[in-house]
Amino acid sequence: MQRTVISLQQRGFRGGVRRAPPRKPDKHMHTRALISFLALALGAGAVFSPAGAEGALQPSLERRAALVHLVRQDCGSCHGLTLKGGLGPALLPETLADKEAASLEATILHGRPGTPMPPWQAFLTEAEARWIVEQLQKGFPDEIR
Amino acid sequence: MKSANKTVAQRLGIPLSRRREVGSAGMGGLPPTSQRVGVREAFLVVFLLSLSGCASVQPRGTGDLGLVVERGTGAVQVVETTGKTVLAEVEGLGDLSHASAVFSRDERYAYVFGRDGGLTKVDLLSRRVDRRVIQAGNSIGGAISTGGRLVAAANYTPGGVKFFDAATLAQVAEIPAIGADGKSSKVVGLVDAPGNRFVFTLFEAGEIWLVEMKDPTHPKVTKFAGIGREPYDAIITPDSRWYIAGLFGEDGLAVLDLWHPERGVKRVLKDYGKGGQKLPVFKMPHLEGWGFVGPYALLPAVGRHEVLVVDTEKWTLAGKILVAGQPVFVVGQPGSRRVWVNFAFPDNRTVQVIDAMEKKVVKTLHPGKAVLHLEFTPRGENAWVSARDSDKLVVYDTETFQVLKELPSSSPSGIFFTPRAHRTGW
Repeated sequence: MQRTVISLQQRGFRGGVRRAPPRKPDKHMHTRALISFLALALGAGAVFSPAGAEGALQPSLERRAALVHLVRQDCGSCHGLTLKGGLGPALLPETLADKEAASLEATILHGRPGTPMPPWQAFLTEAEARWIVEQLQKGFPDEIR
Repeated sequence: MKSANKTVAQRLGIPLSRRREVGSAGMGGLPPTSQRVGVREAFLVVFLLSLSGCASVQPRGTGDLGLVVERGTGAVQVVETTGKTVLAEVEGLGDLSHASAVFSRDERYAYVFGRDGGLTKVDLLSRRVDRRVIQAGNSIGGAISTGGRLVAAANYTPGGVKFFDAATLAQVAEIPAIGADGKSSKVVGLVDAPGNRFVFTLFEAGEIWLVEMKDPTHPKVTKFAGIGREPYDAIITPDSRWYIAGLFGEDGLAVLDLWHPERGVKRVLKDYGKGGQKLPVFKMPHLEGWGFVGPYALLPAVGRHEVLVVDTEKWTLAGKILVAGQPVFVVGQPGSRRVWVNFAFPDNRTVQVIDAMEKKVVKTLHPGKAVLHLEFTPRGENAWVSARDSDKLVVYDTETFQVLKELPSSSPSGIFFTPRAHRTGW
């Protein structure tokens, strides 16, 4: 439980310094700042009611299993099943260590114009993208049962 | 004793570990229950002892054999297309995401190119790994020379092509893919061409290289630069004349006439896609399976729910066919005017069949979840489809679209049948 609280606080902090994705002019920046603020507020609230926050901010167990499968299999078609890279770059903790989480989340959700990386926002929520980035940065699980 | 049994059994083509799949390989009479194992093994020992001293491969052709990549487990299944069964599972091939295979000209051995740079020579008769080398850090595919003596592997890291003796897998040559930009490029679209030549494309540098390997120790490389931005894959036409690279970074195709390489690379269909908003591409299309039907080549559009019909005489667009998603493979059904198409995420449950002359979809199929590849039997009467997330292979009758058989397979991706051995550029 302690871990949940800490990670929520980290998220809240990250939400506060969130930037627009690099190389992409973003007309929704204000909206997103507002959303980030709300997420922060929600995150802060969640510290006091972690049970309720679990559903809202952390993907469900079932959904996490689906996300792991998606990353391994579908992201894996460019980044490799082991995430060591292919046509796309490696997504290992060491290669992502110096990258900012918010920018990685933005890359997942909005793609990277000028490269083959597509936007996944039609299939993922911001919270899910954030969860994927967290997992990638600490070493992506093989599967979740 | 047990390991000795296994070796002999494998030489005989009787896989001990996967007997559940074996329908007709000599052990099929007993039901696969655990109580029976002791009886079966006793039977096997007697059987083997009776053959001791003359153990050899049971006479069998390989023209109806094939190999299915089990993406998640680093294994391949050896399959046969006459009875439509899985004969064996061969393990220990490493990371097989995006793996592909070519075959020796006697159709006995498969060379499997793994993502992790592994090159594995699989013996389809003894159903085991014959040899294996790790030849690069990150690999994408390969080809085999006209005479079958050289196997070439295309690599991402470090970018380039390596050539191996097909018998021993000893490396005989290496060509680093340093483009005119002075940087190492990822290599895509490696194919073999007649005359012991190979052709491949440099993704970042945007170049096509034609390599003549008559003397494997002295490769002759002809480079064509400035062919277009981010060529992502390439194919050679069935008549071995045209090498065609698809471009991701801009519209159009780059075409090299292998009958007249001195004429250089030209761009065709360069107006295609201009002015339209491209959809994001959730999986790079493959060109390997381009359907060639009559005067047309059918190919996947990039980022659009369309199959393009190209007139191969004039290299002009002859039509567009709306389909269920972003096409990945567009494969011609041998002996037919039809092509079969599978799709990128999120439309990858669907396979569509197109009549190329009518330029329309005639059948929509749902073989399972995450259809990754399909392969026809050489004369086109059956189509084998891999459904990764349903963990199965589905075999269709191409005339009636009836499912003839479903075979369990662990996250199957590529399906490769041995007659590819005799097709240039496959």
